[in-house]
Amino acid sequence: MISQIFSLAFLAQTIRITVPYSLASLGGVYSERGGVVNIALEGIILNGAFCATVGTYYTGSALFGVICGIAGGLLTALIHAVVSIHIKADQIISGIAINLFAVGITKFVLEILFHSSSNSDRIPGLPHIHLGFIENQPDVARLLGNPLVLLTIIIVIASQFIIFKTRFGLRLRAVGENPEAADTVGISVTLYRYYGVLISGVLAGLAGAWLAFDQHSFTDGMSAGRGYIALAAMIVGKWNPLGAAAACLLFGFAESLQIQLQGAGLPTQFIQMIPYVATIIVLAGFIGKAVAPGADGVPYEKEK
Amino acid sequence: MPYAIELLNITKRFARTVANDNVTLRVQSGSIHALVGENGAGKTTLMETLYGLYQPDAGKIRIHEKEVSIRTPHDSITLGIGMVHQHFMLVPPLTVLENIVLGAETTSHALLDLRKTTAEISELASRFGLSVPLTEKVENIGVGTQQRVEILKAIYRKADILVLDEPTAVLTPQESVQLFRILSELKEEGKTIVLITHKLNEVMAISDHVSVMRKGKIVGEVETARTTPQDLAQMMVGRPVLLRVEKGEKKPGGPMLVVNDVSYVDRRGIGVLKNLSVEIASGEILGIAGVEGNGQSQLAECIAGLLKPTSGSITIDGIQIVGLTAHEVFARGLAHVPEDRIKRGLVIDMNIKENMILGMHAQQRFSSRLALNRKAITENARLLITKFDVRPMDPEAIARGLSGGNQQKVIIARELSRNAQVIVASQPTRGVDIGGIEFIHRTLVQARDSGKAVLLVSADLNEILSLSDRIAVMYGGRIVKVFPDNKVEESELGLYMTGSKGNAAQEAQGD
Amino acid sequence: MDGKKHWLEHPATQNFLIPILAVILSFAVGAIFILIVGQNPLEVYSILFSQTLGTSYGVGQLLFKTTPLIFAGLSVALCFRAGLFNIGAEGQLQMGAFVTALVGMYTFGVPAFLEVPLLILAGMVGGGVWGFIPGYLKAKTGAHEVINTIMLNFVAAALVSYFVTNVYNVPATVHTPPIAPTGRLSRFDTVFAGFAGSPVNFSILIALLAALFVWYYIDRTRYGYELRVVGLNPKAAEYGGISVSKNIILSMTIGGAIAGLVGTNFVMGYKYYFEEGFSTGTGFMGIAVALLGNNNPFGVILAALLFGMLEYGGLVINTMVPKELVSILQAIVIIFVISSNKIFRRILVNFLKKRTLSIND
Repeated sequence: MISQIFSLAFLAQTIRITVPYSLASLGGVYSERGGVVNIALEGIILNGAFCATVGTYYTGSALFGVICGIAGGLLTALIHAVVSIHIKADQIISGIAINLFAVGITKFVLEILFHSSSNSDRIPGLPHIHLGFIENQPDVARLLGNPLVLLTIIIVIASQFIIFKTRFGLRLRAVGENPEAADTVGISVTLYRYYGVLISGVLAGLAGAWLAFDQHSFTDGMSAGRGYIALAAMIVGKWNPLGAAAACLLFGFAESLQIQLQGAGLPTQFIQMIPYVATIIVLAGFIGKAVAPGADGVPYEKEK
Repeated sequence: MPYAIELLNITKRFARTVANDNVTLRVQSGSIHALVGENGAGKTTLMETLYGLYQPDAGKIRIHEKEVSIRTPHDSITLGIGMVHQHFMLVPPLTVLENIVLGAETTSHALLDLRKTTAEISELASRFGLSVPLTEKVENIGVGTQQRVEILKAIYRKADILVLDEPTAVLTPQESVQLFRILSELKEEGKTIVLITHKLNEVMAISDHVSVMRKGKIVGEVETARTTPQDLAQMMVGRPVLLRVEKGEKKPGGPMLVVNDVSYVDRRGIGVLKNLSVEIASGEILGIAGVEGNGQSQLAECIAGLLKPTSGSITIDGIQIVGLTAHEVFARGLAHVPEDRIKRGLVIDMNIKENMILGMHAQQRFSSRLALNRKAITENARLLITKFDVRPMDPEAIARGLSGGNQQKVIIARELSRNAQVIVASQPTRGVDIGGIEFIHRTLVQARDSGKAVLLVSADLNEILSLSDRIAVMYGGRIVKVFPDNKVEESELGLYMTGSKGNAAQEAQGD
Repeated sequence: MDGKKHWLEHPATQNFLIPILAVILSFAVGAIFILIVGQNPLEVYSILFSQTLGTSYGVGQLLFKTTPLIFAGLSVALCFRAGLFNIGAEGQLQMGAFVTALVGMYTFGVPAFLEVPLLILAGMVGGGVWGFIPGYLKAKTGAHEVINTIMLNFVAAALVSYFVTNVYNVPATVHTPPIAPTGRLSRFDTVFAGFAGSPVNFSILIALLAALFVWYYIDRTRYGYELRVVGLNPKAAEYGGISVSKNIILSMTIGGAIAGLVGTNFVMGYKYYFEEGFSTGTGFMGIAVALLGNNNPFGVILAALLFGMLEYGGLVINTMVPKELVSILQAIVIIFVISSNKIFRRILVNFLKKRTLSIND
C-alpha cells in the first residue's frame, strides 16, 4: 500500500498542488519583506485565474492567457498597493475587501461572458515540453514538462538570490524592517513598497493562471483558500523564499496524501489542518522564532 | 580658514513652537565644532535641517562657500554631509556590511559585489580605527559598535562633514574615550565635525569651537580654548527671571520614600541606574536636576511599579514596593505624574471625566462590582475641573482637544485626588503655558505643605531651583551630588549636570 | 486652541458622514457595473429597495440575513474597541453553531425554558473557546491575532466538517441530526402572518439584546472602561494598573462568544440542525459591518441592516444583473470607508488651512 501511495503519480500530484502555493507564497514574501501585509493574495489568485481563463478562451493562446493572468494579478495588487501605501489605510482590511471584491467581480463577469454562475467553458491546457525518459507515464511527463513547473523552480531559486544577494533585495528588506533608516540614506520607501506588492501581484496572478490551466476552466471561488495557505507557508518559512517554498512542498505533500487517503475512506480533515496548526505553532514560538519584518503592516508616515 | 558649513538666518517653525529662530552658525573647515544647549534648545532640529530632514521656513545654507538647496537626505549625502542620529538609523536584522552599503551599493551583474566592498570598507575602518565585525548582524552588536557602524556609513559615502547628535549618550566612559580618538583621527584627515552635546567636559576635551543654543537661538559662540565650563554652563541655562513661588518654611517629617541601592539594567543590557540611593521626607520637595537621559525617567518608573529594578529596594512609609504592580503601588500611597502625558498619562481619545478616574476606576466610589457610577464620575470631574481650573470646564471634552497645560492639569488633578503620601512628578510643566506652570507649582507646594513627600524630576533648572527644598543632581544613572537647600548657583548645578564636577568627572579622570 | 471648531471637524460628524459617503460612492461605482450589463442603474436600484423594504416578505428575508451579521459585527466591534482585530468571527460562529447543534441533539426532553438558554450558552461556549485561543496566544506569546484567527477559521471548518461527515451524520447529507424540538425558536410568521414564508425568527431579538449588552458592557461597566483604555492606549493602561493581557484574553473570548450566537438564527431558528457550509463568509462580512458601524453597537445594527438588505437584494435583482453585484458593492464600501477616513481628514485639514489663511489675509 505504501508503494501505491508514494508512486510517481503521487509525486506529480504533490507538485501540481505545490506550484500555485509556492508562487503565491513567494509573492507574500516580496510584499511583506517590503513591509506590506498581503492578505489579498487570495483575491489576486482568483482574479489571475479568471483573467487567464478569459484570455485563453478568446484567443486560444495559452501564452496570452498566462500574460492575462499576470495582468489580472498585477491590477488587483495595484489596488492593494494604492490603498496601503498611498492612502496608508489599514492593510489587513484592504486585503479582506479585495478578496471579497475578487469573489464578486469574477462571478459577475463569469455570468456575463459564460452565462453560468459556477464555471467557464473549457480551455486548453498549457503546451508541455516532451520529456523522453518517462513517456510511459504520460501524466507525469506532461506535468514535469510543463513550462510553469520549470518557471516556478527557477523563480524560487532566483528569489532567494534576489532577496538576499541583490541591491534590490537589500533595499526591499531595509524598507520593510526600518523605513526611516532607508529614508535617511535616500531610498524611496514608497517606490520599493510598490515593487514588493506588485511583484506579489505578478506571482500570485501566475498561481491563478496555473489553477485555470490545471482545471481547464475557471470555477467559482477556485482559489479555495490557497492564498491563506500561501500566507501560512510564508510564515512557516520565516519570510524566506526557500523556506516558504519548502513549507509549500510540505503542505502540498500533506494535501496529496489527504487525497489518496480519501480514496481509502479515511477521515482526512486532520491532515487538512496541518498547514494551519503548523502556522499557529510556529507563530507561538514553539519552533524557533518567527519574526515578521520590523515594519510589516505599518504605513510609513514621515514626520514633518 | 574657510567655512565648511554656513547656516544663515535659519528659521524653522513647528505647529506650536519656533524650534530655530533666525539662527546663524558657521563651522570652519577641518575643525570640531561643539553645539551645546539644554534639551529642546533646537540643536537637533538645526542639524536635521542641514541634513535635509526638515525644510527651513527661512534662511540659507552654504556648504564649502557655495549656496546649496538641500531637500532630502539624498541631497546632503551628495554634498558630503553625514549624520549620526541620536537614535541610530540602522536596520537590525541586516549585517554591518549591508547596513554600511545600503543606498550606496556596488553591484556587478545585478548582484551585490560584497567582496570589493568589504575590501574598501576594511581599509576605511583600519585607517580610522573603526573596528567593526562586518558579517555580524547589527541586532547582535553593542551600541558602541553600532555607532562606529554609523560613522563608517557616513565615511563610506565620502562624507567630509560629519554631524554627531549626542554621540556619547549611550556609551560607556571607555567607549567615549575611543570615540574621541576616532574623531581626532577624522579631523586629522581634514574632515569637519559638528558635535551636538550637553556634556561640557566633552566639549572642553575635544572641540575647537563651541556654539551655545538656548530656546531656539544661538546665545554665544567662542573658541574652546578661551572659555571655561563655568561660562558655558551659565550661557546654557541663561539667567531669566526666576519664577516666584510662594513657599513657607519646610517642616519635614520622617523619611517617607526611601530608594536604597537601586540598579536597573535595560533590555539592551545597559546599566541605566547604578546603585542609586535617595530619601525623601514627608513635607519636603526633593528636586532631581539633570540633563534628560541620565536615568531620571527610569527612576520614576521604578518607583511607580512600571519598571522592576534589577536590584535594590524602594519603600513607601517603610513598606517594600519593589515587585508590586502599578495598581498595588498606587494602593500603597503613590501618586505619579508621568513624564510623557500623551503616551502614558492620558488616554488621549477619552474625555476628561474618564481620564480623571484612570487607576481609580475600580474604587468603590466610582464603580459597583459591575457598573460604573456615572454620576460620581461626572461629579468628581466637575469638582476637579473647578478646583484645578481646567479649560474647557466640560467633563465630556475629549483630552485630545485640550491644550498641553490643561492636559497636564487633568493628570495632576487626578493624581492629587488619590490622596497619596508620595508624589512623583516628572517634568510636570513641560509644554505648559506660564499661567499653568504657576498653578502647577503652587499645587505641588501645597501638597508639600500638607505633609506629602514630593519627588520632582525636571530638566528645567528654574523649576528645580524655585520649588525644591533639597536638590539632588543625577548624572550617568547616579546621584552625583545632593545640595541640602536650594541656595545654589545655576552654573554650579550645570557643572554637576554635565559631568564636569562630581563622581563622574573624577571617574573620567581616573580612567 | 479651544476655540470654535468648524462643524466638519467634530468627530461625531465625521463618524456619521464618512460611512454614508462611502455607501453613496459605492452605489455610484456599482452603477457603472450595471451600465456595463446594459441595464438602467436607477431601475435596478429601485427594484433592489422596493423588493426588500417594500414587502413584508422582503423585510422578513432581510431581517433573517441581518441577524447573523449583527452577531458577527458585534464580535468584531468589541474586539476592535480593545485594539484587537478579530478576523476569526467566521471560525467562532462555526464552532458556536456546531456546539449548539451538538448539545441540542443530546438534550431531548428538556423543557423549553431550560433548553433554549442551554443552547444559547452552548453556542457562546463554542465560540468563546475559539476566541480564547488566539487571545491567549497573543497575551502570552505575542503571536499576532490576525494570522492566528485566520488559521483558526480553517481549523474550525475542518473540525466541524470532520464531525458532520464522520460522526454526527445524516446519511447522504452534510448536516447533523435535528436538535430537540424544545430548543427551537419560533419563526415570526407563526406570530405575524405578514412574514409568511420568510425564515426570520426570534433570534433577532437575541441579536438586539447582544447589541444592548455590548453597548452596556463597553460604555457602562468598569470592565468596559478597562477594555477601552487598553484599546486606546496600552501604555496608559499599564500606568493605570490595568492588566493588558487579561483584557486581551477577555475581549477575544467575549467576542468569540458573541459570534458563537449565530447558531441561534440558523440552528435554533431556521433548519434545526447544523449544516456544513451554512455560513457564507458571515464572519468576514462582520468586519465590514463593524467598520461601517464605526464599532458602535447601534451602528453595527444599522450597518447589518444595510448589508442584510444587500444580501437578500442580490437575489431580487438577479434577473437583471448578476447577484454578485452586491458582493462588489460590499467590497467597495469597505475600501471606501478605510480610505475615506484618511482622505477625508486630509482634505479637511487642507480645506481648513486655506480658510484660515484667507481669513488671516
